[in-house]
Amino acid sequence: METFANLADGFAIALTWQNILLALLGCFLGTIMGALPGLGPSNGVAILIPLAFTLGLGATPSLILLTSVYYGAMYGGRISSILLNIPGDEPAMMTCLDGHPMAKKGLAGEALSLSGIASFVGAFFATWGLIFLAPQLVKIALLFGPAEYFALFALAFMTLGGVSSTNQAKSAFAAALGLGLAMIGVDTQTGVPRFTFGEVHLYDGLDFLVAIVGLFALSEVFIFLEHRHSGSDADETKLKIGKLYPPMSMIKQCTPTMLRTSFLGFLAGVLPGAGASLGSFISYSFEKRLVDKEGTFGKGDPRGVAAPEAGNNAAAGGALVPMLALGVPGSGTTAVLLAVLLALNITPGPLLFTQNPDVVWGLIAALFIANFMLLAMNIPMVGIFTRVLMVPSRILMPIVAMVSFVGIYGISGSTFDLLVMIGFGIMGWVLRKFDVPLVPIILGTLLGNAMENNLRRAITIDNGNWWTLVDSPLAIGLWAVAIVGFILPLIVGARVKAGMRRQGDEEGSIRD
Amino acid sequence: MSDRIFGVFGILLAIGFAISALYIEESFLSDAVGPKAFPLIIAAVLGISSAVIAFRPDPEPEWPAIGRLVEIGAAVVVMILYTELLPIAGFVIATAFAAAYLAWRLGSGPVEAVLTGVGTSVGIYVIFHLVLGLSLARGPWGF
Repeated sequence: METFANLADGFAIALTWQNILLALLGCFLGTIMGALPGLGPSNGVAILIPLAFTLGLGATPSLILLTSVYYGAMYGGRISSILLNIPGDEPAMMTCLDGHPMAKKGLAGEALSLSGIASFVGAFFATWGLIFLAPQLVKIALLFGPAEYFALFALAFMTLGGVSSTNQAKSAFAAALGLGLAMIGVDTQTGVPRFTFGEVHLYDGLDFLVAIVGLFALSEVFIFLEHRHSGSDADETKLKIGKLYPPMSMIKQCTPTMLRTSFLGFLAGVLPGAGASLGSFISYSFEKRLVDKEGTFGKGDPRGVAAPEAGNNAAAGGALVPMLALGVPGSGTTAVLLAVLLALNITPGPLLFTQNPDVVWGLIAALFIANFMLLAMNIPMVGIFTRVLMVPSRILMPIVAMVSFVGIYGISGSTFDLLVMIGFGIMGWVLRKFDVPLVPIILGTLLGNAMENNLRRAITIDNGNWWTLVDSPLAIGLWAVAIVGFILPLIVGARVKAGMRRQGDEEGSIRD
Repeated sequence: MSDRIFGVFGILLAIGFAISALYIEESFLSDAVGPKAFPLIIAAVLGISSAVIAFRPDPEPEWPAIGRLVEIGAAVVVMILYTELLPIAGFVIATAFAAAYLAWRLGSGPVEAVLTGVGTSVGIYVIFHLVLGLSLARGPWGF
């Protein structure tokens, strides 16, 4: 009952005019970001962070704006998958398989609206899952001491590379790099400067927003320069949208699929590191095994469109569970959202639910509102979004670059930060060439100081005894999960990845 | 081969990081762990993972031709120049040039590139400065 009272309070916060408008803006911009090939939810949110800050919004409105962008981008990813056979981001890859064949059969409109409905179902159930699961997780997390927190951070890093990267060594490298970057600046416990090389600008440490925008947005610009996508990405196909509403029989046929895959996707999202890519992949594979008796999957079966879309949107909601309850993000985009929270001086984790209930419940209520808005936007207005696909990247990417510069300059007013951002852009481009995942770097930069502080606190409390790190059943449990999470992908990760790679010539959008 | 070079670079980075960590001053305030221990753990993880990358390389990444690399290098130079010129020329002028350059190099014709540059600059100025009230770098003409 308490949950419903909290939720009602949340709606009271989310239903102010300002917040409704922000959710609407976020949904709209997010859908566009998701629909554009190459830009996914992580880049979308990264590009729009500066906007949230320059608007001078408070914590709740900023989060409402950015999570609406997140949900919107998860919706939008399917548009270019279906119409152009180019996934806007990795989670949308599986939607190409049946979505594009449907479009070729003249069912583009049906495929778009059906996938919109599936996205809604997935996100709707995931938001309920978030409401019930997150407070339970908080109860466990309240038992955590510094040693358990240290183990939890280790768990996040060891599982994050997980299924989204085939090479655990590269994930570990990325995590260590991020943690190393976090060490730059004055040590909070002793006041000693570390790794600053005498540069005064570095005494405060690196601003992780600068790192995020550089790594995610600028590196994308370099990738485009490298390939020089000239002309419109949409030139090659001029598919008619056709009817905008799917027949009832199609919805009926897909309903069980949507319900099953929402559940699967949500679970995939809650697991740290797995994220929406895994959500859409296992949803599609599971449904294919379960219902594809006539071998129609891959040839334009509507269930093959509904499954990955419900799965990846459910995973997006699921990934918010560990982010809000534990302060450990479950996916790339939630890592970016975590950065936003920290920049707003809000520390996610169990105390968030008791200290800032307005933030948590306002956000959850806003997710419901955004989800209904997205459904309303994505079915009748899908034509508008498809027209955005006609904006060629040669015009779009300069705008992305300049908005990144303005955003960072607007926050800090320092050209030093802009140079650092360019540095991160180059680094992001090089690392993407080497197939090094970028998300662990961001996570390391974000969580490095908290991780170190917990380590030092735990050992200081126990008078210098390092065994204190594995002294409680909870800590041992967390370490065990961390080790399994690190080893398991070595066995199954390659298979999952190979399955996803087979689906097409996706060119390195940032993983979620 | 690329991964082997990358791995060796990573190992050197780890060594450099570890050496700088050893040079961190200890403060009289230090706790049981001190400011050096965690950076040293990170250096170890960095070193081990780099060694694994060097010994078990992935397939060769697709490197762009020299021309494309020069293209990216030139864009980086333009961005650095943009950053340096921002406080001198002001936001509107500097942004118009930088955006026009990027549009041109991404495949726009001269006219389209100029229009993209000016449009981006003015558009951002109107939205971020006039509507949202963000202070952008002022140029010699006060905008």
